Amino acid sequence: MDAVNIAELSGNIAVVGYGLAAIGPGIGVGLVVSKTIESIARQPELAGKLQVTMWLGIAFTEALALIGLATPFIFN
Amino acid sequence: MLNLFAAVSEDGTFKPPSIYEFYPEIVAFEGTPFAINRIMMIRLIVMTLLIVIFWLWTRKFNQAVKTGNVVPGRFQLLGEMALNFVRKSIAHEQLGEKDGERFLPLLTTIFFMVLGMNLTGIIPFANIAGTSVIGIPLVLAAAAYFTFIYAGMKKHGMGFFKNALFPQGVPPAFYIMVTPIEFLSTFILRPVTLALRLLMNMVAGHLLLVLCFSATHFFFFTADGVFKLFGAGTLLFGFAFTLFELLVSVLQAYVFTLLTTVYIQLALADEH
Repeated sequence: MDAVNIAELSGNIAVVGYGLAAIGPGIGVGLVVSKTIESIARQPELAGKLQVTMWLGIAFTEALALIGLATPFIFN
Repeated sequence: MLNLFAAVSEDGTFKPPSIYEFYPEIVAFEGTPFAINRIMMIRLIVMTLLIVIFWLWTRKFNQAVKTGNVVPGRFQLLGEMALNFVRKSIAHEQLGEKDGERFLPLLTTIFFMVLGMNLTGIIPFANIAGTSVIGIPLVLAAAAYFTFIYAGMKKHGMGFFKNALFPQGVPPAFYIMVTPIEFLSTFILRPVTLALRLLMNMVAGHLLLVLCFSATHFFFFTADGVFKLFGAGTLLFGFAFTLFELLVSVLQAYVFTLLTTVYIQLALADEH
């Protein structure tokens, strides 16, 4: 089997960029949801309010990943 | 639809979907500023449908009030539930009764417009979301942006900008750092992320669906031998992602409306 020379791999560097951009928001969304589950387990009667806040938190965090998806088109 | 079946390039290899999915050929009024392509046509159809549905709903509601008929039919109940969702669980919950009613028309418009435009992404023969090109998200984000600035200006006058840019309880020396960050996040990043979040969710969703179904087509009709079996897998993934897109469509409509409401609420809040 031929050894793959990394320098010769072809493709778009933007793909790697998006992969990097997705790491942070992935961890972030996970944290937001896990904390919400924890809080609901502690205080089930607040579930409705906590869920609204959870969606807000997810929306803000996820925006970073989506900006990462948009940048290759902008800085083409 | 034609794009969906162009999964194979001339030399018989698989051709993945690209950004050109979102530039379909123009079908009418070519060369004028009013050129209409497939996406624009879908948007116009959705707008017409929304107007007709809302007209039918309001007619039903008025009839029910006039005749004193308190038992709603199936169609009327759907309308009441959908409108009450925006009114009760978004507007009243975040803004309170009084301010909620003030901004309800805008919030309802945003919710149903985003929802309707998103859903065309998974409706067969439409197959592309009206919000997957920047126009609609941009207009809606601009509407949200000007509304929360208007709400703040109306309530606090110039104090709104003072509250937003110079938050209280911060030592004066820190304003050198805090003010630019606050300006960036409140007046630039808010509308940009509102528009980009909706747009990019729809773009990514559409590309995923096209990838799944064009790969299925490629595996079934062009690939040979064992590879034909992969087609079943990609087809299954395609259906799974269609359901996922349904969830994303509703969620994005909810999130867009909720964020608009929260921005208005933050603008209306009294200084601490």
